[in-house]
Amino acid sequence: MADGTLDAVKKKGFVQCGVSTGLPGFSNPDDKGNWMGLDVDLCRAVAAATLGDASKVKYIPLTAKERFTALQSGEIDLLSRNTTWTLTRDGSLGLNFAGVNYYDGQGFLVSKDLGVKSAKELDGAAVCIQAGTTTELNLADYFREFGMKYQPVVFDTSDQTVKGFEAGRCDVLTSDQSQLYALRIQLSNPDKAMVLPEVISKEPLGPVVRQGDDQWFNIVKWSLFAAITAEELGVSSDNVDKMKSSTNPNVQRLLGAEAGQGKNLGLDDTWAFNIVKQVGNYGEMFERNVGKSSPLGIERGLNALWTKGGLQYAPPIR
Amino acid sequence: MDIQNKGQDKAKTKIWNDPAVRSVFFQVLAVGAVVAFFLYIINNALTNMEQRGITTGFAFLGDQAGFGILQSLIEYDETHSFGRTFFVGLLNTVLVAVLGIILATILGFFIGIGRLSHNWLISKLATTYIETFRNIPLLLQIFFWYFAVLQGLPSPRNSMSIGESVFFNIRGLYLPGPVYEDGFGAVAFAIVVAIGIIIGLVRFERKRQRETGKTFPLFLPSVGILCGLPLIVYFLAGSPMHWDYPVLTGFNFKGGLTIIPELIALLIALTVYTAAFIAEVVRSGIEAIPRGQSEAANALGLSNGQRLRLVIIPQAMRVIIPPMTNQYLNLTKNSSLATAIGYPDLVSVFMGTTLNQTGQAIEIIFMTMAVYLFLSLSTSALMNWYNSRIALVER
Amino acid sequence: MSNKFVPLPDLPPPSNTVGVVGWLRTNLFSSPVNSVLTIIAFYLIYSGISWFVSWGVINADVIGTSREDCTSGGACWVFISVRLPQFIYGFYPPDEVWRINLMFAIAIIGIVALMIDKTPKKGWIALFMLVIFPIIAYFLLYGGAFGLEVVETHKWGGLTLTLVIATVGIVVSLPIGVALALGRRSEMPIVKSISVVYIEFWRGVPLITVLFMASVMLPLFMSEGTETDKLVRAMIGVIMFQSAYMAEVVRGGLQAIPKGQYEAAHSLGLSYWKMMFFIILPQALKLMIPGIVNTFIALFKDTSLVLIIGLFDLLAIVQSALHDPKWLGFSVEGYIFVAFLFWVFCFGMSRYSQALERKLNTSHR
Repeated sequence: MADGTLDAVKKKGFVQCGVSTGLPGFSNPDDKGNWMGLDVDLCRAVAAATLGDASKVKYIPLTAKERFTALQSGEIDLLSRNTTWTLTRDGSLGLNFAGVNYYDGQGFLVSKDLGVKSAKELDGAAVCIQAGTTTELNLADYFREFGMKYQPVVFDTSDQTVKGFEAGRCDVLTSDQSQLYALRIQLSNPDKAMVLPEVISKEPLGPVVRQGDDQWFNIVKWSLFAAITAEELGVSSDNVDKMKSSTNPNVQRLLGAEAGQGKNLGLDDTWAFNIVKQVGNYGEMFERNVGKSSPLGIERGLNALWTKGGLQYAPPIR
Repeated sequence: MDIQNKGQDKAKTKIWNDPAVRSVFFQVLAVGAVVAFFLYIINNALTNMEQRGITTGFAFLGDQAGFGILQSLIEYDETHSFGRTFFVGLLNTVLVAVLGIILATILGFFIGIGRLSHNWLISKLATTYIETFRNIPLLLQIFFWYFAVLQGLPSPRNSMSIGESVFFNIRGLYLPGPVYEDGFGAVAFAIVVAIGIIIGLVRFERKRQRETGKTFPLFLPSVGILCGLPLIVYFLAGSPMHWDYPVLTGFNFKGGLTIIPELIALLIALTVYTAAFIAEVVRSGIEAIPRGQSEAANALGLSNGQRLRLVIIPQAMRVIIPPMTNQYLNLTKNSSLATAIGYPDLVSVFMGTTLNQTGQAIEIIFMTMAVYLFLSLSTSALMNWYNSRIALVER
Repeated sequence: MSNKFVPLPDLPPPSNTVGVVGWLRTNLFSSPVNSVLTIIAFYLIYSGISWFVSWGVINADVIGTSREDCTSGGACWVFISVRLPQFIYGFYPPDEVWRINLMFAIAIIGIVALMIDKTPKKGWIALFMLVIFPIIAYFLLYGGAFGLEVVETHKWGGLTLTLVIATVGIVVSLPIGVALALGRRSEMPIVKSISVVYIEFWRGVPLITVLFMASVMLPLFMSEGTETDKLVRAMIGVIMFQSAYMAEVVRGGLQAIPKGQYEAAHSLGLSYWKMMFFIILPQALKLMIPGIVNTFIALFKDTSLVLIIGLFDLLAIVQSALHDPKWLGFSVEGYIFVAFLFWVFCFGMSRYSQALERKLNTSHR
């Protein structure tokens, strides 16, 4: 690369971020056209770290089918679109996953009047899925493993998938658990549908960058880690100014009171301070978009900090 | 030219004014430009893929696909290769195109003739049909038939049914499927023989008419032979076939023949849309026949049916065939919109799911385009040959 | 007594062949079969219309702001009226919408002026519409000059986007189409074959594969660091596809020019380009207008395909509105609205092109 992504971003003055075409809680435009969600907050964190202003993001809505080519071709600098980290994607598509901002697993949504209690009873069911996702492959594996038959009904967007499910075109809608909760609130009568207990796969969702630009890869990786570290240290957007004068050396290093941490990434020393100040720590992002205070109402579960029995763990910033 | 070039050598033309030289020069320029353009593109694509570590080549076609497909005319499951998904998609495209062409032709002919009807109401109705469906985007019509109409269908447990053997619900149309046993080959053979006999009869009748001038009605005997002969053979062979009826088990009907709603919606939309264009083709074809031809046929005392069959339609065919071929090709190309409602055609399966799972966009798009290109060009070639055969011999 | 022969006046025609009764007899009930057909057709029309009127007019709700205002069981046009700005302007910032309106206004005035026969200085207006207007429209829509704020293309949508794609597609593909058509009729074998290959290639593949190619492969074909907007890429695809169809329209127009015109131009000693630009093309273009309008109609309908590559044209934006949790269940109204808009545009244009054909026919023979 003649010109690194960071230089290009600084020159343009904004980060081009690939998001979904609309998935509540992760990336969704409100009726005024402002984007919000957990994935969107990651884009904002990267913009805050690199440009010092979280609002300097250009959102590019992408379907599942287009997302990798958009990243490969340089149309976006960063893909933050609940994308599952897999070997194939890391290996043959020329991509790098920069971390995991949501630990997810695939599940099933059924309508209650089917009377199904477990995924093992789904032999012969018609299943609605979204095209171009790992979901399709996991579904095939699961049904093959238990010797069951199914009919895949494939749709292009999550909107259409919900519509197909609601019309009764299929018995089951399968997707990542987090999405199932998001999609359920789009039904005209959410109480009529329920999420089955089985989780049939591991879906670590995270931001993706192009291979071949390690500096940019590091920036995205550590922007996420900074948000997680901030939560660990109890730094939030409300108290971040006060915490600057904290006596804890870890907090000092994070917020750039001690010089030199930003230089390694090619950023200002206030990079992490800007993230926490303008976007918030990981816990705040989670609560605001998908957690208990949001319409989705998802438990922290696996996405709690490692200190609280979850999986979110950031390498030390030093 | 001489006047402009006063004082210069008038004996020979300037080299850049010599048409032959010019033509060579222009062509070299054109070839150079095209070659340079392609080199530039290919070079860019290769460097870009190199840089981004994208795999290239057709090796992926041998890998295991690992995803299911809703409808397949050949045996397919998750363990087959990506190459197989290409053929599954291709056959689904061919299926919807062939059915669409047949249905759209029938409907289009009716509406085209309806437009020419002397009955004012019928012709206005046909005109309304044409103007309505011709001017609304096909994609919208597909969505309409799929989402708006489909939602009105009942769930599998409250299906509409005809006599416990045909069921229609939101999951599709369930028909009894024939299951062939040993000895069914004889019945198939009998059908072939029956068709052979009919062709022979027609030829004999034509010859007799030329010699004696008497006509002999052939339609009913033909139908009789076509239905009767296979039936006799069928019973002689001991009924080597039974029907497999769809049965409601668990969530859905099992057994029999299933026609998925995606196929139904796509087929209705393609038929309704293309029929509007075919109707116009038929109308202009028939209107192109001079009135004198009809009058002459009447003067010879031909009946209405004979007039259409022997005078009007054979001549109208010449005008109708080329635009009709175009419509058939359009229908085939339009069937690629299947991807919008998830009917597993070539574009939706191969250029959609397979592209996604492998990420090899260039190879896959190239293969998909090549298929449509092959269909289009071979059809055009066939039509040109046919046209040259039936063209009027100018004397 | 003169035997001058005075004919008696003609008897009036039988009463059952004139007037209302006569018209009905000849046009609706001329034979038993026809009578049956008429009755069936009449029943179909009556039941269709009566259902639509009761659902869409009598029992429909028009005034209101939310779905609670839709109570009467018929169509809910409130859904359309509430969302109308979005359907027309997409996500364009409300403060800047005047720019789109201004562009539409200029376009409408220009087109109406061109369609009226008696307009003076038609040539200049046409030139303005084809050369100056696109530049004005670009700055109005995109901004970035004259103190207009830039509006990124991903905020464009709705009917505006549909019209922009269709118009740009036609205007840009026309010159390319002319060049290709001249190439296909050229006597230089290589130029001819290049044109034929180009035309046949694009005409042989579905538009959707072309759009996919534009959105997925085009970035790989660009050299490092050149970035293209998604909309621009879709337009490039549309233009490549459309110019092949345009070339065939132009070729038809060129073939309709009598050979004598070419021979006369040659005998005047005009060069190939002078002959084309001053003699042949002006005459051929006039003949081509109906064909161009028909191509435009086809393209206008085909723009709806861009929803598959994630652009929000009129159809896509209505689709996305149907998924709004606040407005679930009004898909029929939504689709009827879109169908009606498309139909009005396409039907109007096709009528115009038919009228033109009739007019041109008389002046040319």
